[in-house]
Amino acid sequence: MIFLINSVYIVCSVLFIMGLKLMSSPATARRGNLLSAVGMFLAVIITLLDRNILSYQWILIGIVLGALIGVLAARLVAMTDMPQMVAAFNGFGGIASLLVAWVLFFKSPNTESFTLTTLYLSVFIGGITFTGSMVAFGKLDGKITTKPVLFRGQQFVNSLILLALLCFGVLFLFPDLAGISRSSLILYAVILSGILGVMVVIPIGGADMPVVISLLNSYSGLAACAAGFAIRNNLLIVSGALVGASGIILTNIMCKAMNRSLTNVLFSGFGSAGGSVVAEEGDEGEIRPINSEDAYLILEAASSVVIIPGYGMAVAQAQHVVRELADLLEQNGAEVNFAIHPVAGRMPGHMNVLLAEANVSYDKMREMDDINPMMETVDVAIVIGANDVVNPAAREVENSPIYGMPIISADKARTVFVLKRSMRTGFAGIGNPLFFKENTRMLFGDAKASIQAVVAQFKES
Amino acid sequence: MDAVYLFFVLILSIFLGLELIRKVPSTLHTPLMSGSNAISGITLVGALTSAGSADSRVTIVLGTLAVAFATINVVGGYLVTDRMLGMFKKKKESDS
Repeated sequence: MIFLINSVYIVCSVLFIMGLKLMSSPATARRGNLLSAVGMFLAVIITLLDRNILSYQWILIGIVLGALIGVLAARLVAMTDMPQMVAAFNGFGGIASLLVAWVLFFKSPNTESFTLTTLYLSVFIGGITFTGSMVAFGKLDGKITTKPVLFRGQQFVNSLILLALLCFGVLFLFPDLAGISRSSLILYAVILSGILGVMVVIPIGGADMPVVISLLNSYSGLAACAAGFAIRNNLLIVSGALVGASGIILTNIMCKAMNRSLTNVLFSGFGSAGGSVVAEEGDEGEIRPINSEDAYLILEAASSVVIIPGYGMAVAQAQHVVRELADLLEQNGAEVNFAIHPVAGRMPGHMNVLLAEANVSYDKMREMDDINPMMETVDVAIVIGANDVVNPAAREVENSPIYGMPIISADKARTVFVLKRSMRTGFAGIGNPLFFKENTRMLFGDAKASIQAVVAQFKES
Repeated sequence: MDAVYLFFVLILSIFLGLELIRKVPSTLHTPLMSGSNAISGITLVGALTSAGSADSRVTIVLGTLAVAFATINVVGGYLVTDRMLGMFKKKKESDS
């Protein structure tokens, strides 16, 4: 029986691997996801057949409850709310691993030290993942401020918690040293890792959310991995490692896209008050507001247009009307592309999903390195609710906190439209010289309303 | 030896994962993340074993919760990924 189960687990691993492989192209990705889901189904079925499992009624209750919530959540969530959805799911994966380890401990509290170590790790990583993800969820959903929450001595407190967790971990292996029972130690670990998760994510600002989400994604895999070590299950180790690797790669991509190190993201509280939020040089100057009629006239004459979406597009839910505008421009004979910065939005690839929802074909979504060389030949660049990813200070102002960050060179286009509600800075909290450039026109107002006005002009003519 | 063997599996899987995921274009990063997150719900397998043979009230409650959370992750994760991927089309189609 064990042989049969393990053989099926190998098949499941292969299905997960094939599924991820098919994810490398939009044309096959959906099939890949299905394959992966089949693997998961097989894994669950064969595990249920294992005769060690007795009380089916509790499993049934858990599965029905979870499936119900899962289906409802997946059906009802709006595409713009996808980042918080993914954050919440990351957290659920984390707490599931924590609970598995905890139950395992209750069942056999005196197993060998290797199992105890991995149990403890699973609780530790799972706890951080859960509460960290819940804070990320709250921030993305606007329930908690997206500004970094910092206080004096924060890193000292964090180090103290971490140290305590490590000490408890050692005591967990040798409970006779301090006379604390293992079951209290694991309870402390659950509580402390939960607190640490909150403490680690709360100082991270909205602009750094893509990094946090990727990192938590990685953690949820590592937690599953640790649980796999504890129950000596290769399938959990393989799958957990795949997820862990995926999160690490995305984290790395996001950090590179901001020209910052991971430690910098985690500990600096970028954009918090007291940082270098002073006005940059070149911030002074004239801004040139424009109305929708003039914007229409310029667009009507344009033969190439690049649209650069940011979080503001998501907030305004403007993706559909943006696509409508793109269609009209194309009918008018212009070439339209979408330039997407890796950290635009609140999670990796956030903009791509929103544009896909609005039926923008994926071969029109261009990556930064792809589009930058051709920016000088572009007639109009339309910046929709993106600030920091088009900020030329990253290229020009050496003392700017974002200096050296790769940006989309919107300023090199012949004309730049910036759609903004006000002159407020972006999430990095720094001024943007782009707004004051000769070739820049500011189109103030809600992004959706502004574009609708331009679209209306097109339709009238 | 047992532990060494498990580490062996871990290290190879990490390398495999890095190779596989490096090839995913940035367009698909969100679906990749939610899809891989659904895979991390594999902890459900661990939850099933622990929930099943539970005997005390505490373990039954914790185990059932573990099953429920992992199932949310799996079911919700795969469905939402499928929903997202269904939107990625090459040619524009008329809005339905």
